[in-house]
Amino acid sequence: MNISRNVLIALATFAIVAIALYSYEDVEDSAAANSTLNRGLSTDPESLDPHKMRSVQAGEVLRDIGEGLAGYTATGELIPAAADGWTISDDGLTYTFNIRSDARWSNADAVTASHFVFSLRRLVDPATAAFNAHLIADIENASAISSGEMEPSALAVEAKDDQTLIIRLSRPTPYFLALLTYPSTFPVNPDSLAEHGDSFTRPGNLLSNGAYKLDSWQPGSMLRLSRNEEYWNNAATAIDAVNYHVLTQPMTELNRYRAGELHITAIVPPESFKRIREDRPDELHVASYLGVYYYGYNLSKPMFGDSLQLRQALSMAIDRDVLVEKITGRGEAPAYSWVPAGVDNYEPRRFNYADLNQDERNAGARRLYREAGYSAANPAQFELRYNTSDTQQRIALAVQSMWREVLGAEVTLVNEEFQVLLSNMREAEVTQVFRSSWIGDYNDAHTFLSILQGGNPANMPRYASDEYDELMLAAAEQTDPKLRRVYLEEAERVLLADHPVIPLYFYVSKHLVSLQVSGWGDNVLDYHYSQHLSLATD
Amino acid sequence: MLRYTVLRVLGAIPTLLLVIVLAFLMVHAAPGGPFDDERVLPPEIEANIAKKYHLDEPLHRQFLRYLGGVVQGDLGPSYSYRDHTVSELIGGALPLSLHLGALAMLLSLIVGVTAGTAAALRKNTVLDRTVMALAMTGISIPVFVVAPVLVLVLAVYLQWLPAGWSGNAGGARYLLPVVSLALPQIAYIARLTRASMIDVLASDFIRTARAQGLGTIAIVRYHALKPAMLPVLSYMGPAVAAILTGSVVVEEIFGIPGLGQLFVRGALNRDYTLVLGIVIFYATLIILLNLLVDILYAVIDPRVRQR
Repeated sequence: MNISRNVLIALATFAIVAIALYSYEDVEDSAAANSTLNRGLSTDPESLDPHKMRSVQAGEVLRDIGEGLAGYTATGELIPAAADGWTISDDGLTYTFNIRSDARWSNADAVTASHFVFSLRRLVDPATAAFNAHLIADIENASAISSGEMEPSALAVEAKDDQTLIIRLSRPTPYFLALLTYPSTFPVNPDSLAEHGDSFTRPGNLLSNGAYKLDSWQPGSMLRLSRNEEYWNNAATAIDAVNYHVLTQPMTELNRYRAGELHITAIVPPESFKRIREDRPDELHVASYLGVYYYGYNLSKPMFGDSLQLRQALSMAIDRDVLVEKITGRGEAPAYSWVPAGVDNYEPRRFNYADLNQDERNAGARRLYREAGYSAANPAQFELRYNTSDTQQRIALAVQSMWREVLGAEVTLVNEEFQVLLSNMREAEVTQVFRSSWIGDYNDAHTFLSILQGGNPANMPRYASDEYDELMLAAAEQTDPKLRRVYLEEAERVLLADHPVIPLYFYVSKHLVSLQVSGWGDNVLDYHYSQHLSLATD
Repeated sequence: MLRYTVLRVLGAIPTLLLVIVLAFLMVHAAPGGPFDDERVLPPEIEANIAKKYHLDEPLHRQFLRYLGGVVQGDLGPSYSYRDHTVSELIGGALPLSLHLGALAMLLSLIVGVTAGTAAALRKNTVLDRTVMALAMTGISIPVFVVAPVLVLVLAVYLQWLPAGWSGNAGGARYLLPVVSLALPQIAYIARLTRASMIDVLASDFIRTARAQGLGTIAIVRYHALKPAMLPVLSYMGPAVAAILTGSVVVEEIFGIPGLGQLFVRGALNRDYTLVLGIVIFYATLIILLNLLVDILYAVIDPRVRQR
């Protein structure tokens, strides 16, 4: 009885499987290897709609298939893109762009100023629910539109004619041009959107105004792009096709690179880094990156909120050189400031203890720890939360032991799934010290400093300083870039003196780039447009 | 007969409903939401997003809305693949998962039964011990160890086979994933076959067959194999389950865009609709299989229909 029942289950399964075998067709074919660039992508784009995208990976693909008013060279200099030039009014509030007369969609229609007007309005329209609507919050009326107080048509963006686009800002924003390189500000084609609705981003429907167009997308596997013949700068595009291989496991990606199946990897796994640096030094590209890895204090807890001494003691007792040399080991820079080096028009301030050696720092930390009222008999006891991952764990263990050895603090490690940690950080109920990071959205100190302003939703430590907020406000109202810089740097000095966060290190971008690829440029934003690259044929 | 079938189909509906309710509650109970990120959004933008995806409604409203869609065959839009619907994603990933699973099943049966039979015929010889030692190793080493080692040796060092899925054409890319998926099953099936084959070979009717002068191959083929296969066949059910779960790991390692990979990504991203969609799909599949078996039973055995 029992056996025959299982036999029947097996038969039924086989019947279904047989049908599946019959119905599954191989959709992939081998493309010509020479003109096809194979790139690793660590996860699928969540959307190729510029207004629904959010992730680094979606941005990577969108920079190949779309184009904003401005762009970057391979080495990260800002250049005109869909606009061939612009003028900025003396008060820094009005930008006038001249759209290229030869800018074309992949169906040969002209890209016009009205397309940008349409797209920027769509970005802030509450009905779109765009994740990055706040990127252009400095355009006049943008915030009021996002919060439903005004109609999208009230956005201060105007097409004077097909070629002339005028954008008015509510306050001077020196990094505004850099924002226009971000895919959320790329144009979408209004006719295509009207025709296809939500499915306008599908292969076959998607109209692109960039160097490549989307041929196919198999979620979890690959996005195939091919040359957009209509692109205004098509003559300068060397590579005919780009395959983005979705590879969520860094080791899998590395294996595929070593097997010669990828030209560029999205990342380099930490456990293989040392060997790669020895074996393939010419292929390894490590560049500083606009990102800071930090531990934050939950300042709404009196233990941390009321004790500057404890906050500073904990910060000083961490030997960052050990972290970046022994644990991360990929060329990361130890962090003694909040804003990473390499940001345009900015010189990061540093912790006042940054020039001491670690022994001197430890001595200072012990003194502050005692002043805060803690001792061997009465040690500081708290939890350090981080998200489950090998690297986070090793860093947390190292910091825990540094705090124990230098100060005698008793720290409990709590690891949580990323989404759980995020939700705990936001609620700020159970968190005491937590791990987080911040990746800059644009090349300006503002992207780092602004998140610690009072009321900023990303202000996880709940840092609240009137002095800091006033300096940030003064910087925001400043049209003179030199003065603005002075205010921002002063704000960072105030911030560092208050120790709401412990910056541990600054990120680096890490890629393996095949020697066949030329035109690669390391840059602080880690943007690598396929159109700047070429492949040596062998 | 028709009445019986209709009753059985109706009986399956509450089961499915229960699965949906439980799964819905569980995914929503997990901390965090589908759009949480380190880059926290301004409240007005968060509100717009919650409104657009109906996450601002009370849970029972969300459930009824979802159920309404499911009844009409609409599993909703995916949150982590915002350009796709859940049905599209499952439809795209399913054939590949089934394809891999079927090949792995086929391979494990052929190799497992052959190796097990050979071991049984040469009981307590070097061959037997080697096969059993290999089988034990196959059972003990998990897929997530075997698969990367295979890739390292065969794809990276020797470069005989492709290391991954996307961008490689042809049958070669199936080889490593299918072998990784099949290895533990081969091992189980070889051990099962050996044990039952030894039993069968020791029974009286085989002795009679031998006495009549039949050769070993003929005995195995015409007399011993069928009865020896019964335990193996009844292992097929668990084997299907093992291959389904194993595929989650194998698909991750080789970057194969199947259901397993989709499920993992959905769960980690709190993509409620995607996770629910896959759970509903699997539940329906299992319920259907059982239903099919019950109906076949009724066809074979009229007494079942009377009950």
